[in-house]
Amino acid sequence: MVQFGYNISQPRAINMDKNDMMISQKILRTMPELQTCIACGSCTATCTAGAITSFNFRKVHTLVRRGEYKGAYEEMNKCMLCGKCRLSCPRGINTRGVVMLIKQELGEYR
Amino acid sequence: MSKRVIVIGGGVAGMQTAATLAGLGIHPVIIEKGDRLGGKLLNWHKLFPTFTPAGEVLDTLRRQLKDVEIMTNTEVKRIEQSGVVLNDGRLLVSDAVVVCSGFDIFRAEIKEEYGYGIYDNVYTTVDIERMLNEGKVHTADGHIPERIAFLHCVGSRDEKVGQKHCSRVCCITGVKQAMELKELFPQSEIYNFYMDIRMFGPGYEEMYRQAQEEFNIHFIRGRISEASETIDKRVQIKAEDTLIGRPLKMTVDMLILIVGMKAGASNDRFAENRGIELYPSHFIRPRNQFVDNICSSAGNIFYAGTVTAPKNVGESLNEGVAAALRVSKYLED
Repeated sequence: MVQFGYNISQPRAINMDKNDMMISQKILRTMPELQTCIACGSCTATCTAGAITSFNFRKVHTLVRRGEYKGAYEEMNKCMLCGKCRLSCPRGINTRGVVMLIKQELGEYR
Repeated sequence: MSKRVIVIGGGVAGMQTAATLAGLGIHPVIIEKGDRLGGKLLNWHKLFPTFTPAGEVLDTLRRQLKDVEIMTNTEVKRIEQSGVVLNDGRLLVSDAVVVCSGFDIFRAEIKEEYGYGIYDNVYTTVDIERMLNEGKVHTADGHIPERIAFLHCVGSRDEKVGQKHCSRVCCITGVKQAMELKELFPQSEIYNFYMDIRMFGPGYEEMYRQAQEEFNIHFIRGRISEASETIDKRVQIKAEDTLIGRPLKMTVDMLILIVGMKAGASNDRFAENRGIELYPSHFIRPRNQFVDNICSSAGNIFYAGTVTAPKNVGESLNEGVAAALRVSKYLED
Protein backbone atom coordinates (compact mmCIF):
# COMPACT_ATOMS: atom_id res chain seq x y z
CA MET A 1 0.00 0.00 0.00
CA VAL A 2 1.25 3.46 -0.82
CA GLN A 3 2.14 5.39 2.31
CA PHE A 4 1.38 9.09 2.05
CA GLY A 5 2.83 9.90 5.44
CA TYR A 6 -0.57 10.39 7.10
CA ASN A 7 -1.76 8.58 10.17
CA ILE A 8 -4.58 8.83 12.69
CA SER A 9 -3.83 10.95 15.75
CA GLN A 10 -4.86 9.60 19.11
CA PRO A 11 -7.31 11.85 20.97
CA ARG A 12 -5.51 14.00 23.50
CA ALA A 13 -8.45 14.41 25.85
CA ILE A 14 -8.37 12.84 29.28
CA ASN A 15 -11.43 10.60 29.12
CA MET A 16 -12.72 10.22 32.65
CA ASP A 17 -15.39 7.79 31.43
CA LYS A 18 -12.82 5.32 30.11
CA ASN A 19 -9.99 5.80 32.59
CA ASP A 20 -9.75 3.22 35.34
CA MET A 21 -10.09 5.31 38.48
CA MET A 22 -9.51 2.40 40.89
CA ILE A 23 -5.79 3.00 41.43
CA SER A 24 -6.29 6.75 41.70
CA GLN A 25 -9.04 6.24 44.27
CA LYS A 26 -6.85 3.85 46.25
CA ILE A 27 -4.01 6.38 46.29
CA LEU A 28 -6.38 9.10 47.53
CA ARG A 29 -7.82 6.82 50.19
CA THR A 30 -4.32 6.07 51.46
CA MET A 31 -3.19 9.70 51.37
CA PRO A 32 -6.28 11.96 51.32
CA GLU A 33 -4.04 14.98 51.92
CA LEU A 34 -2.99 14.76 48.26
CA GLN A 35 -6.47 16.10 47.37
CA THR A 36 -5.61 19.38 49.13
CA CYS A 37 -2.92 20.27 46.56
CA ILE A 38 -3.61 23.81 45.34
CA ALA A 39 -1.16 23.51 42.47
CA CYS A 40 1.07 26.32 43.69
CA GLY A 41 4.04 24.59 42.09
CA SER A 42 6.49 25.23 44.90
CA CYS A 43 7.36 21.51 44.96
CA THR A 44 8.27 21.61 41.30
CA ALA A 45 10.10 24.92 41.62
CA THR A 46 12.34 23.64 44.39
CA CYS A 47 12.79 20.16 42.91
CA THR A 48 16.41 19.02 42.62
CA ALA A 49 15.54 16.48 39.95
CA GLY A 50 13.36 18.99 38.12
CA ALA A 51 16.34 21.31 37.77
CA ILE A 52 18.19 18.81 35.58
CA THR A 53 15.39 16.67 34.06
CA SER A 54 11.87 17.24 32.78
CA PHE A 55 10.41 15.85 36.05
CA ASN A 56 7.35 17.80 37.21
CA PHE A 57 5.98 16.31 40.42
CA ARG A 58 2.83 18.45 40.49
CA LYS A 59 1.86 17.52 36.96
CA VAL A 60 2.55 13.80 37.39
CA HIS A 61 0.47 13.42 40.55
CA THR A 62 -2.36 15.46 38.97
CA LEU A 63 -2.34 13.11 35.97
CA VAL A 64 -2.41 10.10 38.29
CA ARG A 65 -5.41 11.60 40.13
CA ARG A 66 -7.23 11.81 36.77
CA GLY A 67 -6.50 8.16 36.02
CA GLU A 68 -3.66 8.84 33.57
CA TYR A 69 -1.07 6.35 34.77
CA LYS A 70 1.05 5.84 31.68
CA GLY A 71 4.64 6.85 32.27
CA ALA A 72 3.94 8.07 35.83
CA TYR A 73 6.08 5.35 37.40
CA GLU A 74 9.06 6.20 35.19
CA GLU A 75 8.60 9.89 35.93
CA MET A 76 8.50 9.31 39.69
CA ASN A 77 11.71 7.31 39.35
CA LYS A 78 13.47 10.57 38.52
CA CYS A 79 12.85 11.73 42.09
CA MET A 80 15.90 11.47 44.34
CA LEU A 81 13.79 11.67 47.51
CA CYS A 82 15.71 14.68 48.81
CA GLY A 83 12.51 15.99 50.44
CA LYS A 84 12.88 19.70 49.62
CA CYS A 85 9.36 19.67 48.16
CA ARG A 86 7.95 18.54 51.48
CA LEU A 87 9.59 21.49 53.21
CA SER A 88 8.07 23.95 50.75
CA CYS A 89 4.53 22.53 50.47
CA PRO A 90 2.09 25.10 52.01
CA ARG A 91 -0.56 22.41 52.48
CA GLY A 92 1.78 20.19 54.47
CA ILE A 93 1.49 17.29 52.05
CA ASN A 94 3.98 14.48 52.59
CA THR A 95 5.16 14.79 49.01
CA ARG A 96 7.94 12.25 49.37
CA GLY A 97 5.33 9.82 50.69
CA VAL A 98 3.24 10.54 47.59
CA VAL A 99 6.18 9.67 45.33
CA MET A 100 6.69 6.38 47.14
CA LEU A 101 2.96 5.58 47.15
CA ILE A 102 2.52 6.25 43.45
CA LYS A 103 5.57 4.12 42.64
CA GLN A 104 4.22 1.36 44.84
CA GLU A 105 0.76 1.43 43.27
CA LEU A 106 1.91 1.82 39.69
CA GLY A 107 4.92 -0.48 39.77
CA GLU A 108 2.83 -3.22 38.16
CA TYR A 109 1.17 -0.84 35.73
CA ARG A 110 2.99 -0.43 32.44
CA MET B 1 -43.44 62.06 67.23
CA SER B 2 -40.91 59.46 66.15
CA LYS B 3 -39.32 59.80 62.76
CA ARG B 4 -40.36 57.49 59.95
CA VAL B 5 -37.81 55.57 57.86
CA ILE B 6 -38.64 53.45 54.84
CA VAL B 7 -36.64 50.24 54.44
CA ILE B 8 -36.86 48.93 50.89
CA GLY B 9 -36.64 45.14 50.91
CA GLY B 10 -37.36 42.57 53.59
CA GLY B 11 -34.37 40.28 53.21
CA VAL B 12 -31.77 39.83 55.94
CA ALA B 13 -30.30 43.31 55.48
CA GLY B 14 -33.72 44.99 55.55
CA MET B 15 -34.88 42.99 58.56
CA GLN B 16 -31.72 43.80 60.48
CA THR B 17 -31.93 47.50 59.55
CA ALA B 18 -35.57 47.72 60.66
CA ALA B 19 -34.92 45.85 63.91
CA THR B 20 -32.01 48.16 64.77
CA LEU B 21 -33.99 51.29 63.88
CA ALA B 22 -36.90 50.16 66.03
CA GLY B 23 -34.48 49.60 68.91
CA LEU B 24 -33.28 53.19 68.51
CA GLY B 25 -36.83 54.51 68.87
CA ILE B 26 -37.27 55.25 65.18
CA HIS B 27 -40.34 54.11 63.25
CA PRO B 28 -39.27 51.83 60.36
CA VAL B 29 -41.56 50.64 57.56
CA ILE B 30 -40.40 47.60 55.60
CA ILE B 31 -41.61 47.50 52.00
CA GLU B 32 -41.32 43.99 50.60
CA LYS B 33 -42.28 43.02 47.08
CA GLY B 34 -42.84 39.36 47.97
CA ASP B 35 -45.60 38.04 50.18
CA ARG B 36 -43.40 37.53 53.24
CA LEU B 37 -40.12 38.62 54.79
CA GLY B 38 -36.90 36.68 54.40
CA GLY B 39 -35.69 37.40 50.88
CA LYS B 40 -33.34 34.91 49.26
CA LEU B 41 -32.87 33.00 52.52
CA LEU B 42 -36.46 31.74 52.30
CA ASN B 43 -35.31 29.35 49.60
CA TRP B 44 -31.99 28.45 51.16
CA HIS B 45 -31.36 25.26 53.11
CA LYS B 46 -28.21 25.71 55.18
CA LEU B 47 -25.60 28.45 55.44
CA PHE B 48 -21.83 28.13 55.02
CA PRO B 49 -19.48 27.56 56.73
CA THR B 50 -21.35 26.28 59.79
CA PHE B 51 -24.28 24.50 58.11
CA THR B 52 -26.67 26.63 60.16
CA PRO B 53 -30.25 26.24 58.88
CA ALA B 54 -31.25 29.44 57.06
CA GLY B 55 -34.59 29.36 58.87
CA GLU B 56 -32.82 29.75 62.21
CA VAL B 57 -31.34 33.08 61.15
CA LEU B 58 -34.69 34.27 59.81
CA ASP B 59 -36.51 33.25 62.99
CA THR B 60 -34.10 35.29 65.11
CA LEU B 61 -34.60 38.32 62.88
CA ARG B 62 -38.38 37.93 62.77
CA ARG B 63 -38.60 37.88 66.55
CA GLN B 64 -37.03 41.35 66.62
CA LEU B 65 -39.62 42.78 64.25
CA LYS B 66 -42.72 42.38 66.42
CA ASP B 67 -43.74 46.04 66.43
CA VAL B 68 -42.43 46.95 63.01
CA GLU B 69 -44.78 48.10 60.25
CA ILE B 70 -44.46 45.77 57.25
CA MET B 71 -45.99 46.21 53.80
CA THR B 72 -45.77 43.03 51.73
CA ASN B 73 -46.67 42.58 48.06
CA THR B 74 -45.62 46.19 47.58
CA GLU B 75 -42.97 47.40 45.19
CA VAL B 76 -41.11 50.67 45.10
CA LYS B 77 -41.00 52.43 41.76
CA ARG B 78 -38.91 55.53 42.52
CA ILE B 79 -37.01 57.04 45.40
CA GLU B 80 -37.51 60.76 45.93
CA GLN B 81 -36.17 63.23 48.48
CA SER B 82 -39.47 63.22 50.36
CA GLY B 83 -40.00 59.45 50.36
CA VAL B 84 -40.75 56.66 47.91
CA VAL B 85 -43.26 56.28 45.10
CA LEU B 86 -44.90 52.86 44.96
CA ASN B 87 -45.84 50.97 41.80
CA ASP B 88 -49.46 52.03 42.23
CA GLY B 89 -48.38 55.67 42.21
CA ARG B 90 -48.83 56.35 45.92
CA LEU B 91 -46.17 58.50 47.60
CA LEU B 92 -45.03 57.30 51.02
CA VAL B 93 -43.48 60.19 52.89
CA SER B 94 -40.48 59.47 55.14
CA ASP B 95 -37.55 61.18 56.80
CA ALA B 96 -35.01 58.76 55.37
CA VAL B 97 -34.82 55.70 53.10
CA VAL B 98 -32.59 52.64 53.49
CA VAL B 99 -32.26 50.65 50.28
CA CYS B 100 -31.90 46.94 51.08
CA SER B 101 -33.25 45.59 47.83
CA GLY B 102 -30.49 43.01 47.41
CA PHE B 103 -29.46 41.21 44.25
CA ASP B 104 -30.97 39.05 41.52
CA ILE B 105 -29.80 35.53 40.82
CA PHE B 106 -28.03 35.15 37.49
CA ARG B 107 -30.25 33.31 35.03
CA ALA B 108 -28.34 30.20 34.00
CA GLU B 109 -30.34 29.85 30.75
CA ILE B 110 -28.27 32.74 29.39
CA LYS B 111 -25.20 30.48 29.37
CA GLU B 112 -26.86 28.38 26.72
CA GLU B 113 -23.80 26.17 26.20
CA TYR B 114 -24.49 24.48 29.55
CA GLY B 115 -28.02 23.51 28.57
CA TYR B 116 -29.89 24.68 31.66
CA GLY B 117 -33.60 24.39 30.92
CA ILE B 118 -32.79 22.28 27.86
CA TYR B 119 -31.21 19.12 29.28
CA ASP B 120 -32.94 17.21 32.06
CA ASN B 121 -30.01 16.87 34.42
CA VAL B 122 -28.54 20.36 34.50
CA TYR B 123 -29.35 22.21 37.71
CA THR B 124 -28.39 25.43 39.47
CA THR B 125 -27.28 25.88 43.07
CA VAL B 126 -30.72 27.41 43.72
CA ASP B 127 -32.40 24.20 42.52
CA ILE B 128 -30.17 22.16 44.81
CA GLU B 129 -31.10 24.26 47.86
CA ARG B 130 -34.77 23.71 47.03
CA MET B 131 -34.21 19.97 46.55
CA LEU B 132 -32.33 19.79 49.86
CA ASN B 133 -35.20 21.62 51.57
CA GLU B 134 -37.70 19.19 50.07
CA GLY B 135 -35.45 16.30 51.00
CA LYS B 136 -35.56 15.10 47.40
CA VAL B 137 -32.21 15.23 45.67
CA HIS B 138 -32.01 12.89 42.68
CA THR B 139 -31.63 12.91 38.93
CA ALA B 140 -34.57 13.89 36.72
CA ASP B 141 -35.73 10.26 36.48
CA GLY B 142 -35.42 9.70 40.21
CA HIS B 143 -32.06 7.94 40.42
CA ILE B 144 -29.27 8.46 42.92
CA PRO B 145 -26.45 10.29 41.10
CA GLU B 146 -23.18 8.37 40.87
CA ARG B 147 -21.17 11.21 39.43
CA ILE B 148 -21.85 14.90 39.97
CA ALA B 149 -20.05 17.92 38.52
CA PHE B 150 -20.28 21.45 39.88
CA LEU B 151 -19.29 24.37 37.69
CA HIS B 152 -18.11 27.51 39.43
CA CYS B 153 -18.43 31.09 38.11
CA VAL B 154 -21.63 30.74 36.04
CA GLY B 155 -22.55 34.38 35.54
CA SER B 156 -19.47 35.67 37.36
CA ARG B 157 -16.24 37.04 35.91
CA ASP B 158 -17.79 36.58 32.50
CA GLU B 159 -17.71 39.52 30.15
CA LYS B 160 -19.80 37.61 27.59
CA VAL B 161 -22.87 37.93 29.80
CA GLY B 162 -22.12 41.42 31.11
CA GLN B 163 -21.03 40.14 34.50
CA LYS B 164 -17.44 41.25 34.93
CA HIS B 165 -17.50 41.12 38.71
CA CYS B 166 -16.80 38.24 41.10
CA SER B 167 -19.90 37.23 43.07
CA ARG B 168 -17.66 36.13 45.97
CA VAL B 169 -19.97 33.77 47.85
CA CYS B 170 -20.48 31.18 45.10
CA CYS B 171 -17.09 29.47 45.63
CA ILE B 172 -17.93 28.56 49.19
CA THR B 173 -21.53 27.72 48.20
CA GLY B 174 -20.19 25.21 45.69
CA VAL B 175 -17.96 23.67 48.33
CA LYS B 176 -20.84 23.56 50.83
CA GLN B 177 -23.25 21.88 48.42
CA ALA B 178 -20.57 19.41 47.28
CA MET B 179 -20.14 18.39 50.92
CA GLU B 180 -23.90 18.15 51.47
CA LEU B 181 -24.33 15.93 48.40
CA LYS B 182 -21.36 13.77 49.37
CA GLU B 183 -22.98 13.27 52.75
CA LEU B 184 -26.24 12.23 51.04
CA PHE B 185 -24.48 10.00 48.51
CA PRO B 186 -21.20 8.76 50.01
CA GLN B 187 -20.60 6.46 47.03
CA SER B 188 -20.77 9.26 44.48
CA GLU B 189 -17.81 10.98 42.85
CA ILE B 190 -18.03 14.75 42.98
CA TYR B 191 -15.98 17.09 40.79
CA ASN B 192 -15.83 20.87 41.12
CA PHE B 193 -14.64 22.70 38.00
CA TYR B 194 -13.27 26.11 38.89
CA MET B 195 -11.25 29.03 37.51
CA ASP B 196 -10.02 30.28 40.88
CA ILE B 197 -11.19 29.26 44.31
CA ARG B 198 -11.72 32.39 46.40
CA MET B 199 -12.22 31.59 50.06
CA PHE B 200 -12.52 35.04 51.62
CA GLY B 201 -14.37 34.42 54.85
CA PRO B 202 -13.49 33.05 58.26
CA GLY B 203 -13.51 29.27 58.24
CA TYR B 204 -14.00 29.08 54.48
CA GLU B 205 -10.50 27.95 53.58
CA GLU B 206 -10.67 25.36 56.35
CA MET B 207 -13.97 24.12 54.93
CA TYR B 208 -12.47 23.90 51.41
CA ARG B 209 -9.64 21.83 52.77
CA GLN B 210 -12.06 19.61 54.68
CA ALA B 211 -14.03 19.07 51.47
CA GLN B 212 -10.85 17.90 49.75
CA GLU B 213 -9.27 15.86 52.47
CA GLU B 214 -12.21 14.38 54.37
CA PHE B 215 -14.95 14.38 51.73
CA ASN B 216 -12.68 13.42 48.81
CA ILE B 217 -14.20 16.06 46.55
CA HIS B 218 -12.14 16.51 43.40
CA PHE B 219 -11.29 20.01 42.23
CA ILE B 220 -10.33 20.41 38.59
CA ARG B 221 -9.05 23.76 37.42
CA GLY B 222 -10.75 24.55 34.15
CA ARG B 223 -13.98 26.06 33.02
CA ILE B 224 -16.42 23.68 31.35
CA SER B 225 -16.74 24.85 27.75
CA GLU B 226 -19.91 23.01 26.82
CA ALA B 227 -22.33 20.35 27.94
CA SER B 228 -24.34 17.94 25.84
CA GLU B 229 -26.92 15.32 26.64
CA THR B 230 -26.23 11.62 26.09
CA ILE B 231 -28.88 9.21 24.86
CA ASP B 232 -29.53 8.06 28.44
CA LYS B 233 -30.08 11.67 29.60
CA ARG B 234 -26.73 12.03 31.32
CA VAL B 235 -24.60 15.09 30.67
CA GLN B 236 -21.28 14.99 28.87
CA ILE B 237 -18.98 17.86 29.72
CA LYS B 238 -15.77 19.14 28.20
CA ALA B 239 -13.13 21.21 29.88
CA GLU B 240 -9.39 21.65 29.95
CA ASP B 241 -7.54 20.45 32.99
CA THR B 242 -5.38 23.55 32.90
CA LEU B 243 -2.97 22.23 35.52
CA ILE B 244 -2.10 19.40 33.17
CA GLY B 245 -2.62 21.27 29.94
CA ARG B 246 -4.82 18.68 28.29
CA PRO B 247 -8.50 18.61 27.38
CA LEU B 248 -10.71 16.47 29.58
CA LYS B 249 -14.16 15.02 29.15
CA MET B 250 -16.52 13.06 31.35
CA THR B 251 -20.14 12.08 31.64
CA VAL B 252 -22.01 12.97 34.80
CA ASP B 253 -25.46 12.22 36.20
CA MET B 254 -25.98 15.78 37.39
CA LEU B 255 -24.35 19.02 36.30
CA ILE B 256 -24.84 21.78 38.84
CA LEU B 257 -24.22 25.37 37.77
CA ILE B 258 -23.04 27.61 40.60
CA VAL B 259 -24.86 30.78 39.65
CA GLY B 260 -23.60 34.22 40.60
CA MET B 261 -25.14 37.45 41.84
CA LYS B 262 -26.53 39.94 39.38
CA ALA B 263 -27.28 43.54 40.31
CA GLY B 264 -30.91 43.96 41.33
CA ALA B 265 -33.16 44.96 38.43
CA SER B 266 -34.61 47.80 40.54
CA ASN B 267 -31.20 49.49 40.86
CA ASP B 268 -31.57 51.14 37.44
CA ARG B 269 -34.94 52.63 38.47
CA PHE B 270 -33.59 53.84 41.79
CA ALA B 271 -30.64 55.49 40.05
CA GLU B 272 -33.02 57.93 38.38
CA ASN B 273 -32.63 59.76 41.67
CA ARG B 274 -29.61 62.03 41.25
CA GLY B 275 -28.24 61.04 44.65
CA ILE B 276 -27.93 57.36 43.67
CA GLU B 277 -25.07 56.23 41.46
CA LEU B 278 -24.30 52.88 39.88
CA TYR B 279 -21.13 50.91 39.26
CA PRO B 280 -20.64 49.60 35.70
CA SER B 281 -21.93 46.29 37.13
CA HIS B 282 -25.18 48.14 38.01
CA PHE B 283 -24.74 47.49 41.69
CA ILE B 284 -25.26 50.76 43.58
CA ARG B 285 -22.11 52.74 44.25
CA PRO B 286 -21.96 54.17 47.76
CA ARG B 287 -20.63 57.69 48.37
CA ASN B 288 -17.23 56.16 49.03
CA GLN B 289 -16.02 52.67 49.71
CA PHE B 290 -14.58 53.29 53.15
CA VAL B 291 -16.07 55.59 55.78
CA ASP B 292 -19.33 56.18 53.87
CA ASN B 293 -19.83 52.76 52.32
CA ILE B 294 -23.49 52.64 53.35
CA CYS B 295 -24.28 56.24 52.35
CA SER B 296 -25.47 57.80 49.11
CA SER B 297 -24.68 61.29 47.84
CA ALA B 298 -28.22 62.28 48.80
CA GLY B 299 -28.20 62.95 52.53
CA ASN B 300 -31.23 60.90 53.51
CA ILE B 301 -30.72 57.73 51.43
CA PHE B 302 -28.69 54.86 52.86
CA TYR B 303 -27.79 51.32 51.79
CA ALA B 304 -27.38 47.94 53.43
CA GLY B 305 -26.59 44.51 52.05
CA THR B 306 -26.07 43.21 48.55
CA VAL B 307 -27.63 46.19 46.82
CA THR B 308 -24.13 47.69 46.70
CA ALA B 309 -22.06 44.55 46.01
CA PRO B 310 -22.10 40.78 46.46
CA LYS B 311 -21.86 39.98 50.18
CA ASN B 312 -22.43 37.08 52.51
CA VAL B 313 -25.19 36.99 55.12
CA GLY B 314 -22.96 38.14 57.99
CA GLU B 315 -21.73 41.18 56.09
CA SER B 316 -25.27 42.11 55.07
CA LEU B 317 -26.41 41.86 58.69
CA ASN B 318 -23.54 44.11 59.81
CA GLU B 319 -24.46 46.70 57.23
CA GLY B 320 -28.04 46.66 58.52
CA VAL B 321 -26.81 47.76 61.93
CA ALA B 322 -24.38 50.27 60.46
CA ALA B 323 -27.00 51.85 58.18
CA ALA B 324 -29.51 52.13 61.02
CA LEU B 325 -26.95 53.92 63.20
CA ARG B 326 -26.08 56.35 60.40
CA VAL B 327 -29.79 57.01 59.82
CA SER B 328 -30.22 57.73 63.50
CA LYS B 329 -27.29 60.16 63.48
CA TYR B 330 -28.67 61.85 60.36
CA LEU B 331 -32.10 62.29 61.96
CA GLU B 332 -30.57 63.81 65.09
CA ASP B 333 -28.57 66.42 63.18
